Amino acid sequence: MDEAQERAIIEDAFETVEKHTGQRIAGWLAPALTHTERTMDLLAEYGVKYTCDLFCDDQPQPVKVKQGRFISIPYSLEMNDIIVYNVQNQPPRRYEEMLKNNFDRLYQEGAESGVVMCIPLHAYAVGTPHRIDAFAKALEYITSHDDVWVTTGREIADHFYEHHYDEFAAAIAAHQQGS
Amino acid sequence: MSLPDEHLRYPLRRHGMDHDRYDWTMQPDRPKVAWPNGARIALMVVPALEFFPLNQPAQPFKAPGGMTTAYPDLRHYTLRDYGNRVGVFRVFKALDDLAIEATVAVNSKIAERYPFLIGEIVRRDWEILAYGVDMGRLHYGGLDIADEAAQVREALSVLRTASGQKVTGWLSPAWSESMNTLDLVAAEGIGYVCDWINDDMPFPLRTASGEIVSLPLSNEIDDQTIMHRYQHSEQAFLEQVCDQFDVLYREATPEDGRLMTLVIHPWMSGQPHRIKFLEDALAHVMGHDGVWSATGAEIAAAYKS
Repeated sequence: MDEAQERAIIEDAFETVEKHTGQRIAGWLAPALTHTERTMDLLAEYGVKYTCDLFCDDQPQPVKVKQGRFISIPYSLEMNDIIVYNVQNQPPRRYEEMLKNNFDRLYQEGAESGVVMCIPLHAYAVGTPHRIDAFAKALEYITSHDDVWVTTGREIADHFYEHHYDEFAAAIAAHQQGS
Repeated sequence: MSLPDEHLRYPLRRHGMDHDRYDWTMQPDRPKVAWPNGARIALMVVPALEFFPLNQPAQPFKAPGGMTTAYPDLRHYTLRDYGNRVGVFRVFKALDDLAIEATVAVNSKIAERYPFLIGEIVRRDWEILAYGVDMGRLHYGGLDIADEAAQVREALSVLRTASGQKVTGWLSPAWSESMNTLDLVAAEGIGYVCDWINDDMPFPLRTASGEIVSLPLSNEIDDQTIMHRYQHSEQAFLEQVCDQFDVLYREATPEDGRLMTLVIHPWMSGQPHRIKFLEDALAHVMGHDGVWSATGAEIAAAYKS
């Protein structure tokens, strides 16, 4: 894929969504989670605030781009209904248990420093009659806890840029210098 | 067209093995091994710190857990990176809480790219087990012997310099060796190798530089095998680790010990929803008397003495 083609796809996605919803896209998840080496630079250039394509952490983190600021917000393949149902071939009640277990540990660790739990869903998988109740039980369990901020990527990104980006960037820079 | 005659010839059809690395023996016939302090089980826990290159070669195959989609496969690259920046600390804490002395298998690229982790291993007095250069540089038949020797030297010199440890153990990435690997690592001061998984106990291996010890590092009970390859649940992983231990513990006596090995991949067991099951499995093992948590070099030394 050359740069012009990639730009055309990104511009098309933005224009189409804005035309039909009035929303300016803030975040990016690549189809089939695939990239070129320039994808992150292009997204930042187009004003995207965050990518969901990096799975290496439980917290948002700054991502280096050619110009401007850009961050990653944790997505999760491990908690993704398609991975659980169609790759790991697990039954619905097990998905419920996995979600609860994932939440429990993150919630415990979140007492020390805030983390993101992301649950990627596909209506054709989790939305089927035999699966939806188990999923709803997991959501009831998660949201029954205090101090759970049920929110969107855009809000997480805005919060992180406003309160934590500089601190994270400085800590990473200091670490690079070996201090 | 008929089958070539060559197909019917098998020069190594004989009593024994297809190679001369060790003799044919059966476990019940062998001299018994008594571990220090009357322990029944020597426990070797091996967190595996792996670096999968973004442009992972497929020479001669891609190591399990490697890149899948078109370059750049950020999906698998970052999932593996998760182990080395988040999951590893959950795993290390689980081991700390039970005072388990770990033997950490480390690709030398980890020492170069994540030097902080070497400090975390060394300050705990845990042992570094050489684990090749990275998950893209395999050892295999067909690899030129000079290239393989250079690969062995690179891994060992980087790990020894970074850790200040002697580094006397070797595990090949993906458990894959060439017919030269044992000779090459033994020539560089390796005293034990973990790739040969044909036993529950250590046994001697012949090399061009003399005898070394094989410490069979079970691939069957490995978290990646059970939860990634077989796709069993975390609960089933916990049950299988406990069952593995219970059988070995039952077979062992203070005069006739057994070895239990457990490989842990932080990118797998270090996930938030999995770590509790590893903690529970290790607690089951450590809740028994007569379990000696030891490093590979300590177990190899006890076996030889």
